[in-house]
Amino acid sequence: MIAILTGILLLCGGTLAAAAALGIVRLPDTFMRMHASTKAGTLGAGLILLAVAIHTPDTGVALRALLTSLFLLLTAPVSAHIVGRAAYHIGTRMWQKTWKDDLAEACGLDDVPPGHPGGIPEGCDSSDN
Amino acid sequence: MTGVGSGFLETAVTITMGLLLVGGLLGSIRLIRGPGHADRIVALDMISTLVVSLLAVTAIDEGAAVYLDVAIAYALIAYLGTISLARYLQRFHKNQSGQEEVDEP
Repeated sequence: MIAILTGILLLCGGTLAAAAALGIVRLPDTFMRMHASTKAGTLGAGLILLAVAIHTPDTGVALRALLTSLFLLLTAPVSAHIVGRAAYHIGTRMWQKTWKDDLAEACGLDDVPPGHPGGIPEGCDSSDN
Repeated sequence: MTGVGSGFLETAVTITMGLLLVGGLLGSIRLIRGPGHADRIVALDMISTLVVSLLAVTAIDEGAAVYLDVAIAYALIAYLGTISLARYLQRFHKNQSGQEEVDEP
């Protein structure tokens, strides 16, 4: 019974990880690729680590697997935030059909065309690094 | 852990390893091709997540919990590496503001 549950969790996690990789290749934009890798990839790894925690009879090993999963869940948003900020700063182009850019609107750039080169203008840079 | 569904578990482990390897290959495509530096950082981050998953699957396959320790250390190092790469990218671009990034959508 535990073996069947472990197998199902493993298959779900592997499928999610493969879907994340497919999204990395197929999606048209850096930010959309980050969406695929951060959410689907982290969920896939979390499911696989949960399978390890269910499979093992040892409590310490299960605790370690759950801690690894918790660590991944904690660090994935932070690294995605920092990578996304860096990508926006260096002026990564968005997809042509992107119609919403909240940071540019907050900076007063209301007339930017969709998919503009991006980048934060002078005087609107809230971060010092 | 030999009981009901042990053969199913072995098959699931094999299929999951295959899926993770396919995912790593697809991520490598984006890592090599990806037009911008940020795309490469994103692909590298996803590949490191896949490696952590692969280490966990290996821990089930071999029945050795040592692989979980390796997975923890690898996740920590991958996190630090991604953050330092992203910050380096941002600072490096700020230092040479005269040049524009050529970044095709």
